[in-house]
Amino acid sequence: MTTRTPATPSATAPAAPAPVSAARTLATAARVLRQLRHDPRSIALMILVPCVMLFLLRYVFDGSPRTFDAIGASLLGIFPLITMFLVTSIATLRERTSGTLERLLAMPLGKADLIAGYALAFGLLAIVQSALATGLAVWALGLDVVGSAWLLLLVALLDALLGTALGLFVSAFAASEFQAVQFMPAVIFPQLLLCGLFTPRPAMQPVLEAISNVLPMSYAVDGMNEVLRHPDITGDFVRDTLIVAGCAVLVLTLGAATLRRRTA
Amino acid sequence: MMNSIGAAAVRAHGLTVLRGDRTVLRGLDFSVPPGQITGLLGPSGCGKSTLMRAVVGTQAKVTGTLDVLGRPAGDAALRARIGYVTQAPSVYDDLTVRQNLEYFAAVLDPGRARRDARAETVTRAITDVDLASHADALAGRLSGGQRNRVSLAVALLGTPELLVLDEPTVGLDPVLRRDLWDLFHRIAAERAATILVSSHVMDEAERCHRLLLMRDGRILADDTPDALRARTGSETVEAAFLHLVDQANALQESAR
Repeated sequence: MTTRTPATPSATAPAAPAPVSAARTLATAARVLRQLRHDPRSIALMILVPCVMLFLLRYVFDGSPRTFDAIGASLLGIFPLITMFLVTSIATLRERTSGTLERLLAMPLGKADLIAGYALAFGLLAIVQSALATGLAVWALGLDVVGSAWLLLLVALLDALLGTALGLFVSAFAASEFQAVQFMPAVIFPQLLLCGLFTPRPAMQPVLEAISNVLPMSYAVDGMNEVLRHPDITGDFVRDTLIVAGCAVLVLTLGAATLRRRTA
Repeated sequence: MMNSIGAAAVRAHGLTVLRGDRTVLRGLDFSVPPGQITGLLGPSGCGKSTLMRAVVGTQAKVTGTLDVLGRPAGDAALRARIGYVTQAPSVYDDLTVRQNLEYFAAVLDPGRARRDARAETVTRAITDVDLASHADALAGRLSGGQRNRVSLAVALLGTPELLVLDEPTVGLDPVLRRDLWDLFHRIAAERAATILVSSHVMDEAERCHRLLLMRDGRILADDTPDALRARTGSETVEAAFLHLVDQANALQESAR
Protein backbone atom coordinates (compact mmCIF):
# COMPACT_ATOMS: atom_id res chain seq x y z
CA MET A 1 0.00 0.00 0.00
CA THR A 2 1.48 3.31 -1.05
CA THR A 3 -0.88 5.48 0.95
CA ARG A 4 0.31 6.72 4.30
CA THR A 5 -1.15 8.59 7.26
CA PRO A 6 -4.84 9.40 7.74
CA ALA A 7 -5.87 9.23 4.07
CA THR A 8 -5.38 5.48 4.26
CA PRO A 9 -8.76 3.76 4.05
CA SER A 10 -9.49 1.96 7.27
CA ALA A 11 -9.53 -1.78 6.83
CA THR A 12 -12.13 -2.32 9.51
CA ALA A 13 -14.98 -0.15 8.28
CA PRO A 14 -18.19 -1.36 9.88
CA ALA A 15 -20.28 -1.26 6.70
CA ALA A 16 -17.58 -2.80 4.48
CA PRO A 17 -19.15 -5.07 1.87
CA ALA A 18 -18.43 -8.79 1.92
CA PRO A 19 -15.46 -9.82 -0.26
CA VAL A 20 -17.63 -11.98 -2.52
CA SER A 21 -21.27 -11.38 -3.30
CA ALA A 22 -23.08 -14.03 -5.34
CA ALA A 23 -25.54 -11.50 -6.73
CA ARG A 24 -22.78 -9.12 -7.90
CA THR A 25 -20.79 -12.00 -9.39
CA LEU A 26 -23.84 -13.21 -11.31
CA ALA A 27 -24.65 -9.68 -12.46
CA THR A 28 -21.08 -9.33 -13.74
CA ALA A 29 -21.20 -12.67 -15.56
CA ALA A 30 -24.56 -11.75 -17.12
CA ARG A 31 -23.13 -8.40 -18.22
CA VAL A 32 -20.09 -10.05 -19.88
CA LEU A 33 -22.39 -12.48 -21.72
CA ARG A 34 -24.65 -9.61 -22.80
CA GLN A 35 -21.63 -7.81 -24.23
CA LEU A 36 -20.73 -10.95 -26.16
CA ARG A 37 -24.28 -11.30 -27.44
CA HIS A 38 -23.87 -7.98 -29.23
CA ASP A 39 -20.85 -9.47 -30.96
CA PRO A 40 -22.08 -12.68 -32.64
CA ARG A 41 -19.07 -12.84 -34.95
CA SER A 42 -16.69 -13.31 -32.01
CA ILE A 43 -18.87 -16.04 -30.55
CA ALA A 44 -18.97 -17.84 -33.91
CA LEU A 45 -15.19 -17.62 -34.24
CA MET A 46 -14.60 -18.85 -30.69
CA ILE A 47 -16.86 -21.83 -31.10
CA LEU A 48 -16.30 -22.80 -34.71
CA VAL A 49 -12.55 -22.34 -35.18
CA PRO A 50 -11.53 -25.26 -32.88
CA CYS A 51 -14.00 -27.53 -34.67
CA VAL A 52 -12.66 -26.55 -38.10
CA MET A 53 -9.08 -27.16 -36.89
CA LEU A 54 -9.95 -30.63 -35.60
CA PHE A 55 -11.71 -31.39 -38.88
CA LEU A 56 -8.64 -30.27 -40.83
CA LEU A 57 -6.33 -32.28 -38.60
CA ARG A 58 -8.39 -35.42 -39.04
CA TYR A 59 -7.83 -35.33 -42.79
CA VAL A 60 -4.22 -34.14 -42.56
CA PHE A 61 -3.56 -37.43 -40.74
CA ASP A 62 -5.92 -39.34 -43.01
CA GLY A 63 -3.39 -42.17 -43.41
CA SER A 64 -2.46 -42.51 -39.71
CA PRO A 65 -5.49 -42.40 -37.39
CA ARG A 66 -3.21 -43.19 -34.38
CA THR A 67 -1.45 -39.85 -34.79
CA PHE A 68 -4.80 -38.08 -35.00
CA ASP A 69 -5.84 -39.73 -31.70
CA ALA A 70 -2.77 -38.45 -29.86
CA ILE A 71 -2.65 -34.95 -31.33
CA GLY A 72 -6.43 -34.56 -31.42
CA ALA A 73 -6.80 -35.35 -27.72
CA SER A 74 -4.00 -32.94 -26.79
CA LEU A 75 -5.54 -30.21 -28.92
CA LEU A 76 -8.91 -30.65 -27.24
CA GLY A 77 -7.12 -29.43 -24.13
CA ILE A 78 -5.10 -26.71 -25.82
CA PHE A 79 -7.81 -24.96 -27.86
CA PRO A 80 -9.93 -23.81 -24.93
CA LEU A 81 -6.81 -22.58 -23.14
CA ILE A 82 -5.69 -20.44 -26.09
CA THR A 83 -9.15 -19.08 -26.95
CA MET A 84 -9.98 -18.13 -23.38
CA PHE A 85 -6.53 -16.60 -22.90
CA LEU A 86 -7.06 -14.30 -25.88
CA VAL A 87 -10.66 -13.42 -25.11
CA THR A 88 -10.02 -12.68 -21.44
CA SER A 89 -6.84 -10.69 -21.92
CA ILE A 90 -8.48 -8.40 -24.49
CA ALA A 91 -11.76 -8.12 -22.58
CA THR A 92 -10.13 -7.15 -19.28
CA LEU A 93 -7.70 -4.84 -21.03
CA ARG A 94 -10.69 -3.07 -22.58
CA GLU A 95 -12.18 -2.83 -19.12
CA ARG A 96 -9.01 -1.15 -17.89
CA THR A 97 -8.59 1.27 -20.80
CA SER A 98 -12.27 2.29 -21.08
CA GLY A 99 -12.30 3.49 -17.47
CA THR A 100 -15.07 1.07 -16.50
CA LEU A 101 -12.65 -0.82 -14.25
CA GLU A 102 -11.84 2.35 -12.30
CA ARG A 103 -15.55 3.09 -12.06
CA LEU A 104 -16.37 -0.45 -10.85
CA LEU A 105 -13.60 -0.41 -8.26
CA ALA A 106 -14.92 2.93 -6.97
CA MET A 107 -18.27 1.15 -6.50
CA PRO A 108 -19.09 -1.53 -3.94
CA LEU A 109 -17.83 -4.34 -6.18
CA GLY A 110 -15.37 -6.84 -4.74
CA LYS A 111 -12.35 -7.73 -6.85
CA ALA A 112 -13.32 -11.37 -6.39
CA ASP A 113 -16.81 -10.57 -7.73
CA LEU A 114 -15.32 -9.17 -10.91
CA ILE A 115 -12.89 -12.03 -11.45
CA ALA A 116 -15.41 -14.72 -10.60
CA GLY A 117 -17.92 -13.02 -12.90
CA TYR A 118 -15.48 -13.12 -15.80
CA ALA A 119 -14.45 -16.72 -15.04
CA LEU A 120 -18.11 -17.75 -14.87
CA ALA A 121 -19.10 -16.11 -18.16
CA PHE A 122 -16.11 -17.36 -20.11
CA GLY A 123 -16.36 -20.74 -18.35
CA LEU A 124 -19.90 -21.13 -19.74
CA LEU A 125 -18.65 -20.25 -23.19
CA ALA A 126 -15.80 -22.75 -22.75
CA ILE A 127 -18.31 -25.48 -21.89
CA VAL A 128 -20.13 -24.89 -25.17
CA GLN A 129 -16.88 -24.73 -27.11
CA SER A 130 -15.39 -27.84 -25.49
CA ALA A 131 -18.60 -29.85 -25.74
CA LEU A 132 -18.88 -29.13 -29.46
CA ALA A 133 -15.20 -29.86 -30.15
CA THR A 134 -15.16 -33.03 -28.04
CA GLY A 135 -18.43 -34.27 -29.53
CA LEU A 136 -17.21 -33.62 -33.05
CA ALA A 137 -13.87 -35.34 -32.42
CA VAL A 138 -15.26 -38.41 -30.69
CA TRP A 139 -18.41 -39.05 -32.69
CA ALA A 140 -17.91 -37.55 -36.12
CA LEU A 141 -14.15 -37.74 -36.61
CA GLY A 142 -13.63 -41.10 -34.91
CA LEU A 143 -11.16 -39.98 -32.23
CA ASP A 144 -10.43 -43.21 -30.42
CA VAL A 145 -10.63 -42.60 -26.65
CA VAL A 146 -10.38 -45.52 -24.23
CA GLY A 147 -11.64 -43.47 -21.27
CA SER A 148 -14.82 -41.46 -20.89
CA ALA A 149 -15.52 -38.48 -23.13
CA TRP A 150 -16.85 -36.70 -20.02
CA LEU A 151 -13.35 -36.72 -18.57
CA LEU A 152 -12.04 -35.11 -21.76
CA LEU A 153 -14.64 -32.42 -21.27
CA LEU A 154 -13.63 -31.94 -17.64
CA VAL A 155 -9.98 -31.40 -18.56
CA ALA A 156 -10.98 -29.08 -21.41
CA LEU A 157 -13.01 -27.01 -18.97
CA LEU A 158 -10.16 -26.73 -16.48
CA ASP A 159 -7.88 -25.70 -19.33
CA ALA A 160 -10.37 -22.99 -20.29
CA LEU A 161 -10.33 -21.74 -16.71
CA LEU A 162 -6.53 -21.71 -16.76
CA GLY A 163 -6.63 -19.73 -20.02
CA THR A 164 -9.03 -17.22 -18.45
CA ALA A 165 -6.74 -16.90 -15.43
CA LEU A 166 -3.60 -16.38 -17.52
CA GLY A 167 -5.37 -13.86 -19.75
CA LEU A 168 -6.57 -11.87 -16.78
CA PHE A 169 -3.12 -11.84 -15.23
CA VAL A 170 -1.35 -10.84 -18.43
CA SER A 171 -3.80 -8.02 -19.20
CA ALA A 172 -2.37 -6.13 -16.22
CA PHE A 173 0.97 -5.90 -18.01
CA ALA A 174 -0.33 -4.89 -21.42
CA ALA A 175 -0.84 -1.21 -22.16
CA SER A 176 -2.72 -1.79 -25.41
CA GLU A 177 -4.60 -4.46 -27.34
CA PHE A 178 -1.55 -4.67 -29.57
CA GLN A 179 0.64 -5.69 -26.64
CA ALA A 180 -2.00 -8.04 -25.27
CA VAL A 181 -2.02 -10.04 -28.50
CA GLN A 182 1.79 -10.19 -28.40
CA PHE A 183 1.57 -11.85 -25.00
CA MET A 184 0.08 -14.91 -26.66
CA PRO A 185 3.32 -15.97 -28.37
CA ALA A 186 5.22 -15.05 -25.20
CA VAL A 187 3.06 -16.97 -22.73
CA ILE A 188 1.40 -19.70 -24.80
CA PHE A 189 3.89 -20.72 -27.49
CA PRO A 190 6.68 -21.92 -25.17
CA GLN A 191 4.13 -24.04 -23.34
CA LEU A 192 2.81 -25.34 -26.65
CA LEU A 193 6.31 -26.42 -27.72
CA LEU A 194 7.13 -28.05 -24.39
CA CYS A 195 3.79 -29.61 -23.46
CA GLY A 196 4.46 -32.92 -25.19
CA LEU A 197 2.35 -32.25 -28.27
CA PHE A 198 5.30 -32.60 -30.66
CA THR A 199 7.48 -35.11 -28.78
CA PRO A 200 6.86 -36.99 -25.55
CA ARG A 201 8.28 -34.84 -22.75
CA PRO A 202 10.75 -37.48 -21.44
CA ALA A 203 12.42 -37.50 -24.89
CA MET A 204 13.29 -33.80 -24.66
CA GLN A 205 16.65 -32.34 -23.63
CA PRO A 206 16.66 -32.72 -19.79
CA VAL A 207 16.69 -28.97 -19.12
CA LEU A 208 13.64 -28.52 -21.36
CA GLU A 209 11.94 -31.47 -19.72
CA ALA A 210 12.54 -29.85 -16.32
CA ILE A 211 11.04 -26.61 -17.58
CA SER A 212 8.06 -28.46 -19.04
CA ASN A 213 7.51 -29.98 -15.59
CA VAL A 214 6.62 -26.58 -14.15
CA LEU A 215 4.41 -25.38 -17.03
CA PRO A 216 0.69 -26.01 -16.48
CA MET A 217 -0.13 -26.85 -20.10
CA SER A 218 2.07 -29.98 -19.83
CA TYR A 219 -0.32 -31.37 -17.24
CA ALA A 220 -3.33 -30.44 -19.36
CA VAL A 221 -1.94 -32.53 -22.22
CA ASP A 222 -0.85 -35.35 -19.87
CA GLY A 223 -4.36 -35.49 -18.45
CA MET A 224 -5.88 -35.73 -21.92
CA ASN A 225 -3.49 -38.56 -22.79
CA GLU A 226 -4.43 -40.44 -19.59
CA VAL A 227 -8.08 -40.40 -20.71
CA LEU A 228 -7.02 -41.42 -24.19
CA ARG A 229 -5.22 -44.55 -22.98
CA HIS A 230 -6.94 -45.71 -19.79
CA PRO A 231 -10.55 -46.84 -19.32
CA ASP A 232 -10.70 -45.69 -15.68
CA ILE A 233 -9.69 -42.58 -13.74
CA THR A 234 -6.00 -43.11 -12.97
CA GLY A 235 -3.99 -41.62 -10.15
CA ASP A 236 -1.97 -39.66 -12.70
CA PHE A 237 -5.16 -38.25 -14.17
CA VAL A 238 -6.28 -37.02 -10.77
CA ARG A 239 -2.86 -35.47 -10.16
CA ASP A 240 -2.84 -33.77 -13.58
CA THR A 241 -6.31 -32.27 -13.19
CA LEU A 242 -5.53 -31.09 -9.68
CA ILE A 243 -2.36 -29.38 -10.90
CA VAL A 244 -4.22 -27.62 -13.73
CA ALA A 245 -7.01 -26.54 -11.38
CA GLY A 246 -4.48 -25.43 -8.75
CA CYS A 247 -2.57 -23.35 -11.30
CA ALA A 248 -5.81 -21.74 -12.47
CA VAL A 249 -6.74 -20.74 -8.92
CA LEU A 250 -3.21 -19.49 -8.20
CA VAL A 251 -3.08 -17.36 -11.34
CA LEU A 252 -6.62 -16.03 -10.69
CA THR A 253 -5.45 -14.94 -7.25
CA LEU A 254 -2.40 -13.25 -8.76
CA GLY A 255 -4.77 -11.63 -11.27
CA ALA A 256 -6.89 -10.28 -8.43
CA ALA A 257 -3.76 -8.76 -6.91
CA THR A 258 -3.16 -6.80 -10.14
CA LEU A 259 -6.52 -5.06 -9.76
CA ARG A 260 -5.77 -1.96 -7.72
CA ARG A 261 -8.47 0.29 -6.37
CA ARG A 262 -5.95 3.11 -6.12
CA THR A 263 -3.81 3.80 -9.15
CA ALA A 264 -1.34 6.53 -10.09
CA MET B 1 -16.18 29.98 8.68
CA MET B 2 -17.53 26.84 7.02
CA ASN B 3 -18.78 25.46 10.32
CA SER B 4 -21.88 27.61 10.17
CA ILE B 5 -23.18 25.46 7.28
CA GLY B 6 -22.74 22.19 9.18
CA ALA B 7 -20.29 19.32 8.83
CA ALA B 8 -18.34 19.56 5.57
CA ALA B 9 -18.97 16.90 2.91
CA VAL B 10 -15.28 16.91 2.03
CA ARG B 11 -12.55 18.21 4.33
CA ALA B 12 -8.90 18.24 3.35
CA HIS B 13 -5.91 19.20 5.41
CA GLY B 14 -2.39 19.12 4.03
CA LEU B 15 -3.59 17.02 1.09
CA THR B 16 -0.62 16.09 -1.05
CA VAL B 17 -0.52 13.76 -4.03
CA LEU B 18 2.53 12.43 -5.85
CA ARG B 19 2.43 11.02 -9.35
CA GLY B 20 5.73 9.43 -10.14
CA ASP B 21 8.16 11.89 -8.55
CA ARG B 22 6.02 14.92 -9.45
CA THR B 23 3.97 16.62 -6.76
CA VAL B 24 0.54 17.17 -8.32
CA LEU B 25 -1.28 18.51 -5.26
CA ARG B 26 0.74 20.54 -2.77
CA GLY B 27 -0.64 20.47 0.75
CA LEU B 28 -4.21 21.57 0.06
CA ASP B 29 -6.54 22.78 2.82
CA PHE B 30 -10.17 23.20 1.90
CA SER B 31 -13.65 22.01 2.68
CA VAL B 32 -16.70 21.43 0.53
CA PRO B 33 -20.02 22.38 2.18
CA PRO B 34 -22.84 19.84 2.01
CA GLY B 35 -25.92 20.21 -0.20
CA GLN B 36 -24.28 22.75 -2.50
CA ILE B 37 -22.59 22.83 -5.86
CA THR B 38 -18.89 23.48 -5.52
CA GLY B 39 -17.04 24.22 -8.74
CA LEU B 40 -13.43 23.20 -9.14
CA LEU B 41 -11.92 25.51 -11.71
CA GLY B 42 -8.53 25.95 -13.20
CA PRO B 43 -6.51 25.39 -16.36
CA SER B 44 -6.09 21.83 -17.59
CA GLY B 45 -3.21 20.07 -15.89
CA CYS B 46 -3.62 22.00 -12.63
CA GLY B 47 -4.59 18.88 -10.66
CA LYS B 48 -8.39 18.97 -10.80
CA SER B 49 -8.80 15.34 -11.88
CA THR B 50 -6.22 14.16 -9.37
CA LEU B 51 -8.06 15.96 -6.59
CA MET B 52 -11.33 14.33 -7.65
CA ARG B 53 -9.74 10.89 -7.86
CA ALA B 54 -8.37 11.39 -4.36
CA VAL B 55 -11.86 12.27 -3.07
CA VAL B 56 -13.35 9.19 -4.75
CA GLY B 57 -10.52 7.02 -3.43
CA THR B 58 -8.98 5.83 -6.69
CA GLN B 59 -5.81 7.91 -6.47
CA ALA B 60 -2.64 6.32 -5.13
CA LYS B 61 0.07 8.13 -3.10
CA VAL B 62 -2.28 10.42 -1.20
CA THR B 63 -0.95 11.91 2.04
CA GLY B 64 -2.45 14.31 4.55
CA THR B 65 -6.00 14.22 5.83
CA LEU B 66 -8.93 13.79 3.47
CA ASP B 67 -12.33 13.09 5.00
CA VAL B 68 -15.35 12.46 2.78
CA LEU B 69 -18.87 12.29 4.27
CA GLY B 70 -17.28 11.85 7.69
CA ARG B 71 -15.00 8.97 6.74
CA PRO B 72 -11.46 8.74 5.36
CA ALA B 73 -11.50 8.96 1.53
CA GLY B 74 -11.50 5.55 -0.12
CA ASP B 75 -13.29 3.87 2.80
CA ALA B 76 -15.25 0.84 1.58
CA ALA B 77 -18.45 2.16 3.18
CA LEU B 78 -18.28 5.27 0.97
CA ARG B 79 -18.35 3.40 -2.33
CA ALA B 80 -22.15 3.21 -2.50
CA ARG B 81 -22.59 6.82 -1.34
CA ILE B 82 -20.51 8.59 -4.00
CA GLY B 83 -21.37 8.96 -7.69
CA TYR B 84 -18.31 9.54 -9.85
CA VAL B 85 -18.04 10.56 -13.48
CA THR B 86 -14.60 10.36 -15.06
CA GLN B 87 -13.55 12.83 -17.74
CA ALA B 88 -13.79 10.25 -20.54
CA PRO B 89 -17.14 8.44 -20.54
CA SER B 90 -16.64 5.09 -18.80
CA VAL B 91 -19.43 2.88 -20.08
CA TYR B 92 -19.55 -0.35 -22.05
CA ASP B 93 -19.78 0.49 -25.75
CA ASP B 94 -21.13 -2.95 -26.60
CA LEU B 95 -24.12 -2.69 -24.28
CA THR B 96 -27.24 -0.59 -24.71
CA VAL B 97 -27.81 2.46 -22.52
CA ARG B 98 -30.31 0.55 -20.41
CA GLN B 99 -28.11 -2.55 -20.11
CA ASN B 100 -25.19 -0.38 -18.95
CA LEU B 101 -27.32 1.18 -16.25
CA GLU B 102 -28.88 -2.14 -15.23
CA TYR B 103 -25.45 -3.63 -14.61
CA PHE B 104 -24.12 -0.73 -12.56
CA ALA B 105 -27.41 -0.63 -10.64
CA ALA B 106 -27.01 -4.33 -9.83
CA VAL B 107 -23.51 -3.64 -8.49
CA LEU B 108 -24.84 -0.86 -6.26
CA ASP B 109 -27.98 -2.62 -5.09
CA PRO B 110 -27.67 -6.35 -5.79
CA GLY B 111 -30.17 -9.15 -5.39
CA ARG B 112 -33.34 -10.41 -6.99
CA ALA B 113 -35.51 -8.81 -4.31
CA ARG B 114 -34.33 -5.34 -5.36
CA ARG B 115 -35.18 -5.82 -9.02
CA ASP B 116 -38.19 -3.48 -9.11
CA ALA B 117 -36.37 -0.79 -7.18
CA ARG B 118 -33.49 -1.08 -9.63
CA ALA B 119 -35.74 -0.79 -12.68
CA GLU B 120 -37.13 2.40 -11.19
CA THR B 121 -33.77 3.98 -10.47
CA VAL B 122 -32.54 3.05 -13.97
CA THR B 123 -35.55 4.64 -15.64
CA ARG B 124 -35.18 7.75 -13.49
CA ALA B 125 -31.47 8.09 -14.35
CA ILE B 126 -32.21 7.74 -18.08
CA THR B 127 -34.91 10.41 -17.84
CA ASP B 128 -32.62 12.66 -15.76
CA VAL B 129 -30.08 12.85 -18.56
CA ASP B 130 -32.77 13.02 -21.26
CA LEU B 131 -31.82 9.81 -23.06
CA ALA B 132 -35.19 8.02 -22.92
CA SER B 133 -35.39 7.98 -26.72
CA HIS B 134 -32.01 6.24 -26.93
CA ALA B 135 -32.43 3.79 -24.04
CA ASP B 136 -32.13 0.75 -26.29
CA ALA B 137 -29.30 2.03 -28.50
CA LEU B 138 -25.78 0.65 -28.09
CA ALA B 139 -23.63 3.13 -26.16
CA GLY B 140 -20.93 2.79 -28.82
CA ARG B 141 -23.32 4.09 -31.49
CA LEU B 142 -24.14 7.29 -29.60
CA SER B 143 -22.48 10.65 -30.13
CA GLY B 144 -19.74 11.78 -27.75
CA GLY B 145 -22.10 14.05 -25.83
CA GLN B 146 -24.69 11.31 -25.49
CA ARG B 147 -22.08 8.84 -24.19
CA ASN B 148 -21.03 11.49 -21.67
CA ARG B 149 -24.61 11.60 -20.47
CA VAL B 150 -24.80 7.81 -20.15
CA SER B 151 -21.71 8.00 -17.97
CA LEU B 152 -23.39 10.73 -15.92
CA ALA B 153 -26.55 8.64 -15.61
CA VAL B 154 -24.50 5.82 -14.05
CA ALA B 155 -23.30 8.24 -11.38
CA LEU B 156 -26.89 9.29 -10.63
CA LEU B 157 -27.99 5.72 -9.83
CA GLY B 158 -28.85 4.93 -6.25
CA THR B 159 -29.24 8.55 -5.04
CA PRO B 160 -25.62 9.27 -4.09
CA GLU B 161 -24.96 11.79 -1.30
CA LEU B 162 -21.90 13.15 -3.07
CA LEU B 163 -21.52 13.55 -6.82
CA VAL B 164 -18.01 14.00 -8.16
CA LEU B 165 -18.21 15.13 -11.78
CA ASP B 166 -15.03 15.59 -13.79
CA GLU B 167 -15.78 18.03 -16.62
CA PRO B 168 -19.24 16.62 -17.33
CA THR B 169 -20.19 19.30 -19.85
CA VAL B 170 -17.13 19.18 -22.11
CA GLY B 171 -18.09 18.99 -25.77
CA LEU B 172 -21.79 19.57 -25.19
CA ASP B 173 -23.83 22.18 -27.01
CA PRO B 174 -25.07 25.23 -25.06
CA VAL B 175 -28.66 23.98 -24.74
CA LEU B 176 -27.56 20.67 -23.30
CA ARG B 177 -25.09 22.37 -20.99
CA ARG B 178 -27.83 24.58 -19.63
CA ASP B 179 -30.10 21.53 -19.15
CA LEU B 180 -27.40 19.63 -17.29
CA TRP B 181 -26.63 22.55 -15.00
CA ASP B 182 -30.35 22.82 -14.27
CA LEU B 183 -30.28 19.12 -13.44
CA PHE B 184 -27.30 19.59 -11.09
CA HIS B 185 -29.18 22.36 -9.28
CA ARG B 186 -32.30 20.20 -9.05
CA ILE B 187 -30.29 17.28 -7.64
CA ALA B 188 -28.58 19.50 -5.07
CA ALA B 189 -31.90 21.09 -4.04
CA GLU B 190 -34.30 18.13 -4.15
CA ARG B 191 -32.03 15.22 -3.20
CA ALA B 192 -29.85 17.25 -0.80
CA ALA B 193 -26.75 15.98 -2.59
CA THR B 194 -23.35 17.65 -2.54
CA ILE B 195 -21.88 18.20 -5.96
CA LEU B 196 -18.20 18.71 -6.70
CA VAL B 197 -17.91 19.58 -10.37
CA SER B 198 -14.82 20.54 -12.33
CA SER B 199 -14.63 22.68 -15.41
CA HIS B 200 -12.13 24.77 -17.24
CA VAL B 201 -14.88 26.88 -18.77
CA MET B 202 -15.09 29.94 -16.55
CA ASP B 203 -18.65 30.91 -17.50
CA GLU B 204 -19.86 27.74 -15.79
CA ALA B 205 -18.35 29.06 -12.57
CA GLU B 206 -21.20 31.55 -12.25
CA ARG B 207 -23.60 28.64 -11.82
CA CYS B 208 -21.85 27.23 -8.73
CA HIS B 209 -22.63 28.08 -5.12
CA ARG B 210 -18.97 28.02 -4.21
CA LEU B 211 -15.72 27.95 -6.13
CA LEU B 212 -12.33 26.42 -5.61
CA LEU B 213 -9.92 28.08 -8.01
CA MET B 214 -6.89 25.92 -8.65
CA ARG B 215 -3.60 26.53 -10.32
CA ASP B 216 -0.48 24.42 -10.43
CA GLY B 217 -1.47 22.03 -7.63
CA ARG B 218 -2.54 24.79 -5.23
CA ILE B 219 -5.82 26.43 -4.36
CA LEU B 220 -5.84 30.11 -5.29
CA ALA B 221 -9.22 30.93 -3.84
CA ASP B 222 -12.07 29.25 -1.98
CA ASP B 223 -15.14 31.49 -1.99
CA THR B 224 -18.54 32.23 -3.50
CA PRO B 225 -18.59 33.68 -7.05
CA ASP B 226 -20.02 36.97 -5.74
CA ALA B 227 -17.40 37.32 -3.02
CA LEU B 228 -14.64 36.55 -5.49
CA ARG B 229 -15.79 39.22 -7.91
CA ALA B 230 -16.22 41.73 -5.10
CA ARG B 231 -12.84 40.94 -3.56
CA THR B 232 -10.96 41.35 -6.83
CA GLY B 233 -13.12 44.15 -8.17
CA SER B 234 -13.81 42.15 -11.33
CA GLU B 235 -16.89 41.86 -13.57
CA THR B 236 -16.65 38.10 -14.12
CA VAL B 237 -15.18 35.07 -12.40
CA GLU B 238 -12.79 34.72 -15.32
CA ALA B 239 -11.43 38.20 -14.68
CA ALA B 240 -11.23 37.43 -10.96
CA PHE B 241 -9.27 34.27 -11.70
CA LEU B 242 -6.82 36.10 -13.96
CA HIS B 243 -6.40 38.80 -11.33
CA LEU B 244 -5.56 36.16 -8.71
CA VAL B 245 -3.11 34.44 -11.06
CA ASP B 246 -1.32 37.71 -11.72
CA GLN B 247 -1.21 38.39 -8.02
CA ALA B 248 0.27 34.94 -7.31
CA ASN B 249 2.85 35.42 -10.08
CA ALA B 250 3.83 38.79 -8.70
CA LEU B 251 4.26 37.29 -5.23
CA GLN B 252 6.43 34.56 -6.69
CA GLU B 253 8.54 37.12 -8.56
CA SER B 254 9.11 39.26 -5.49
CA ALA B 255 10.01 36.20 -3.43
CA ARG B 256 12.87 35.41 -5.80
